Amino acid sequence: MRPVIPYVTAALLFGLGGYGVLRRRNAVLVLMAVELMLNAVNLILVTADTTAKAVLPHGGQVFALFVIVLAAAEIGVGLAIVLQLYRMRASVTVDEIPLAERPADEPVPVAAGPIAATGAGPIAVGPDGPHVPGDGPEGQR
Amino acid sequence: MTGVDVLLLALGAVAVGSAALVVATRHLVRAGLYLVVCLGAVAGMYLVLTAELVAWVQVLIYVGAVVVLLLFAVMLTRAPIGASDDLDRPGWPAALIGGGAGLGLAALLVDAYRWTAVELPEAGTAERLGAQVFGSWVLPFEVLSVLLLSALVGAIVLSRPDIGATGAAATGDRGRSR
Repeated sequence: MRPVIPYVTAALLFGLGGYGVLRRRNAVLVLMAVELMLNAVNLILVTADTTAKAVLPHGGQVFALFVIVLAAAEIGVGLAIVLQLYRMRASVTVDEIPLAERPADEPVPVAAGPIAATGAGPIAVGPDGPHVPGDGPEGQR
Repeated sequence: MTGVDVLLLALGAVAVGSAALVVATRHLVRAGLYLVVCLGAVAGMYLVLTAELVAWVQVLIYVGAVVVLLLFAVMLTRAPIGASDDLDRPGWPAALIGGGAGLGLAALLVDAYRWTAVELPEAGTAERLGAQVFGSWVLPFEVLSVLLLSALVGAIVLSRPDIGATGAAATGDRGRSR
């Protein structure tokens, strides 16, 4: 077995994943490119497990399993964020997300509640109810 | 060139080609389906590299769960069915950084390993890997289970709008302690 073949494959996968993360505008496609990069890392780990002699056998494969579990957790939280973004803005385009300070007249989204409400007091909590389409029961508010 | 090398080359070509299609296609759903091909080819490489358990876990979790979740997200965000023109931003920096990282790492690894051959070790079956996970790596395993639980709670808190503002005192404190 020539270890250079899977190593070069992993390097090219990582490069393609990085290209996808920087190139794509749709957040779901960005997550797919992140999956490509994680797979490249897994391939490196498994190949290193077969080529390098370690004190503990199969350490690389155990870490590949760990990285797979981490990727599952990442995709769960990431998709929750993407769906919440779509619910707030009806778009998942990553370069339209305002990263600067929010203007005063713009409604405060509900998803920012735990941070914004405790930080800014009752001003941030007040008008956010009607701005979420398909929101749950409002009576408890 | 043995049979193993030919298999690895073929699977690697399939993986890299479908990965290029994932980042280049203009159809959202097709990107997810090309991702299935890419992950399946990588699982095949794991099998050739004698990592049996990792290969089956890859098929089970990545191809089974992660891609299905991604396709769910594609549908829930009401993606257009046909080709869409606004998926990409103009990407010279992306090509520069991605190509630089990929080709640079490839050159580094080619320089390190040349065309040497190694013997394949004993297969990483579930029995051997289980002995390692529950013998040497118990603490990371348990920490990972705590991380999965906190990711679960975080996803629920993020995706339920009705516990965002009103329960700010309760969820906010819990969110900060994570």
